[in-house]
Amino acid sequence: MIVTDAESRVAVATQRQLIWWRFRKHRLALVSAVIVVGFYVIAIFADTLAYTEPFDTQAARSYIPPQPIHWFDADGHFHPTVYALKGRRDPRTFKLAYLPDPAEPRDLILFARGYEYRLLGLIPTEIHLLGVPDGRPQDALFLLGTDQMGRDVFSRLVLATRTSLSIGLVGVTLSLVLGVLLGGLSGLYGGWTDTVIQRVIEILRSIPTIPLWMGLAAAVPASWSPQQVYFAITLIISLIGWTELARVVRGRFLSLREEDFITAAELAGASRMRIIFKHMVPSFLSHIIAAVSLALPAMIISETTLSFLGLGLRPPAISWGVLLQDAQNLQTLGLAPWLLVVALPVIVVILAFNFLGDGLRDAADPYG
Amino acid sequence: MLAYLIRRLALAAVTTWAITVVTFIILQLPPGDFVDAYVAQASALGTAISAAEATALRHAYGLDQSLWVQYFKWLNLVVHGQFGQSFEYGRPVTEVIGDRLWLTILLSIGAIIVTWGLALPIGIYSAVRQYSWGDTIFTFLGFVGLAVPNFLLALIVMYVGLRLLNMNVGGLFSADYQLAAWSWAKLWDLCKHLPVPILILALAGTAQLVRIMRANLLDELRRPYVVTARARGLSERRVILKYPVRAALNPFASTIGYLLPYTVSGSVIISVVLSLPTVGPLLLHSLLSQDMLLGSTIILMLGVLTVLGTLLSDLLLMWIDPRIRLGQLR
Amino acid sequence: MADPILQVRDLHTHFFADEGVVRAVDGVSFDLFPGRTLGIVGESGCGKSVTARSILRIVERPGRIVSGEILLRRQTGAVVDVARLPVDGPEVRAIRGGDIGLVFQEPMSALSAFHTIGNQLIEAVRLHARLNRKRARERAIELLAMAGIPRPADRIDAYSFELSGGLRQRVMIALALAGEPRVLIADEPTTALDVTTQAQILTLMRRLQQQRDLAVILITHDMGVIAEMADDVVVMYLGKEVEKGPVDAIFHAPRHPYTRSLLRSIPSVLARPRSRLATLSGSIPHPFARPGGCPFHPRCPDKLTGLCDTTVPAEVVIGEDHATACHLYTTQDAKVPA
Repeated sequence: MIVTDAESRVAVATQRQLIWWRFRKHRLALVSAVIVVGFYVIAIFADTLAYTEPFDTQAARSYIPPQPIHWFDADGHFHPTVYALKGRRDPRTFKLAYLPDPAEPRDLILFARGYEYRLLGLIPTEIHLLGVPDGRPQDALFLLGTDQMGRDVFSRLVLATRTSLSIGLVGVTLSLVLGVLLGGLSGLYGGWTDTVIQRVIEILRSIPTIPLWMGLAAAVPASWSPQQVYFAITLIISLIGWTELARVVRGRFLSLREEDFITAAELAGASRMRIIFKHMVPSFLSHIIAAVSLALPAMIISETTLSFLGLGLRPPAISWGVLLQDAQNLQTLGLAPWLLVVALPVIVVILAFNFLGDGLRDAADPYG
Repeated sequence: MLAYLIRRLALAAVTTWAITVVTFIILQLPPGDFVDAYVAQASALGTAISAAEATALRHAYGLDQSLWVQYFKWLNLVVHGQFGQSFEYGRPVTEVIGDRLWLTILLSIGAIIVTWGLALPIGIYSAVRQYSWGDTIFTFLGFVGLAVPNFLLALIVMYVGLRLLNMNVGGLFSADYQLAAWSWAKLWDLCKHLPVPILILALAGTAQLVRIMRANLLDELRRPYVVTARARGLSERRVILKYPVRAALNPFASTIGYLLPYTVSGSVIISVVLSLPTVGPLLLHSLLSQDMLLGSTIILMLGVLTVLGTLLSDLLLMWIDPRIRLGQLR
Repeated sequence: MADPILQVRDLHTHFFADEGVVRAVDGVSFDLFPGRTLGIVGESGCGKSVTARSILRIVERPGRIVSGEILLRRQTGAVVDVARLPVDGPEVRAIRGGDIGLVFQEPMSALSAFHTIGNQLIEAVRLHARLNRKRARERAIELLAMAGIPRPADRIDAYSFELSGGLRQRVMIALALAGEPRVLIADEPTTALDVTTQAQILTLMRRLQQQRDLAVILITHDMGVIAEMADDVVVMYLGKEVEKGPVDAIFHAPRHPYTRSLLRSIPSVLARPRSRLATLSGSIPHPFARPGGCPFHPRCPDKLTGLCDTTVPAEVVIGEDHATACHLYTTQDAKVPA
């Protein structure tokens, strides 16, 4: 028998290696994985990446348009600067307009001093990735412009990324716990347990979710602290998001129950718990990971949607949805179209999660 | 077939009941009962409500009794079409909702028709010409369609409409017809405004259905019956349209079960962004102002309508699938 | 013997996948005569089904006929090279079903579950004969009766899932004969059926062949079926024909080591009890990793090292209509196993 190198490699590879080999073939999924990781890095170091205190308001700075970075100076040397802005009131309309003043370039430097925060929530510091030499970025740097209250959009966007991504993660964890528990029970015991759980899932899926969420979210008392609201909203989102995960888990349980190696383990006298955790869970872990990465974008969309409607997170909390709320009406969009920039990370992250999930799902069946 | 029918009917009944429970919970969730809210509202408007009146109201709604009693009293009222008064508008809830419910239904059904109308041919094309340029482009567009949340798409379209086309894509009626009574001219005006919101609403669903249709059809195209049909001398077009497409149509049609709730959900959001006179903005407004009787009624109506729609489509599915009709599948 | 109705000459059908080219059919030639049955036998993946599909021009992408001729004498008497016809043109479509019928392995999935049997049968009838609906339906009922289906007038409105496996295969045969073809290709027609039904279907096929003077190509991996049905046999291995000849010659004087191994692997009632059934050693090589030289040499018990693994053997005639592609019969000094 002729066995090629490739074949013998496949024959001895572990499940994990096989999945990795298959996943590696999906270029788009690989790129997406890098993007997703990048976004989580942004979320972790959000305070470092931001340069202005996100709540720092000043009416005088309202609606400053994004400020271009000039990478090279007049001699062609690499020397990033931004032009200081000068507000001039139009003598006819009395509208305040901010115009860059080329006469006053400000250096853009790395690891500059800014507002105080705790790195990773522990280490107090005031070093930020970007800044200006004299340490007052709130008067000089407006990379993505400002909103109506004069708050820096870039810094707020970075911090919103942290909130929105973490809410997705927490939400998906809650959903996963519910999904694995109920889906597992359903697939493992079958019979009427299965019937009841399946009917509950069917019912939940046949109700329009957004009105339901809105109703539940509206009941969150106005007096709650941002943290309480955060958890309440996460709970509401995951309350409905678990059905798909439960479906996947149940499906895997049902098909695994028929597999020979499970029967073999049963005949060998392994206990039920041992079979579940030693044999079944490892063999469908990859499916769960794929399902999770497909469920995450749905969670993020849900939070963004609710907050956008004013029923989710509320200011002073900052999330993508809260930021988009500012861009809700036509007047604002006409006046400050740059507020719509928040749409970009939302779309990119959701696309990346979808591609990643798709790639993982394909790779999860290495022998398929 | 009878078993299938009974199962579907039972599920619809249970779902409807579950929706009433959830609605009732939403009604109960805010602190204080809604008579408190009513009293506060009335006094804010300067028409004080006496304590006796409040007690009478509480008694009418059974608020002085256990939750179970309250639920059944409320259910009894709802079944008889008495949804109560909107505090904010001071009018019966049904009157406040008025035409908006029908416009919601119109928008949702329109979006579902467009979704299917687009997804079916695109899905067939993508499967038959797998990995062609067209397929790649549609697949990419599909991913984008999935990734852009409804409301964001509406926002972007509105911005583009304003900036590039200098027109307001919001609303369902021109200013002249907004308050006018129904007439042919108003209907025509409505028809002119519908396409943009319907397309926005249909996009995400279309993206999903194209993927489903493509995957199903690719599965079916590999089946032996396609080979035998070809071997009988049928033309390629006829082979594909008569056999595998017919087979792939069933799982495709059964997606209405979640397409409908999904679309109704989306219509709420899009209506808020584009200020369409559907129940969407009304629901948001009522929830924000804690006008719970109005809000919960809208949630109840949307839920029940969705269940009815799903039931109807299930019956349709039963009618078109011989395997269900003849009791092979349940 | 009459003129052949179908002549296949040095047919090559290859699949062009990303990983490489699979030479599924790699030089197959045979003649098919009216009223006779040609059996094509070999393990799964040897290219026998692809040969059948090539004749009907229904090879799916990325597969394609690379070279060779498929000469078909049509009803009009004209001889056409099917391999040269445009793949979805009217002439090929008229040949499919009209000149050549196909019966497929899986009767379960070879019929559409969404259309009644009548729907599919009437469609096939009207495709190759100008009949109105009523006449076509009568014809379809006749066809069902001819295929031995009881109560054909009722069954015509049934769905395939309402019938048993045997009945379904009879429907498939009726469908294949709906266009009055003179060639019938049966691709593993009995593999999915139980033994009793298998025998019934084979009997039916033989009866229909006699009634209609059909030329039949019977594709199977089952040497028993070949012995029962075939007049001539082609033995295929990895896309190549390794031996062909009259059925008696193949069974009583097999030459190629592969044919011999296949025959040894048939259980026999005459065998000594508890003796081990001979099996072929090794397995079919991966399609992308074809061995050089004779494709069978890695599994061959009689291989000539230095020759079989380097040179592809040519076909040698060793008897009347009996030929084999094996070095054992081309080299003078090779000792031929008795």
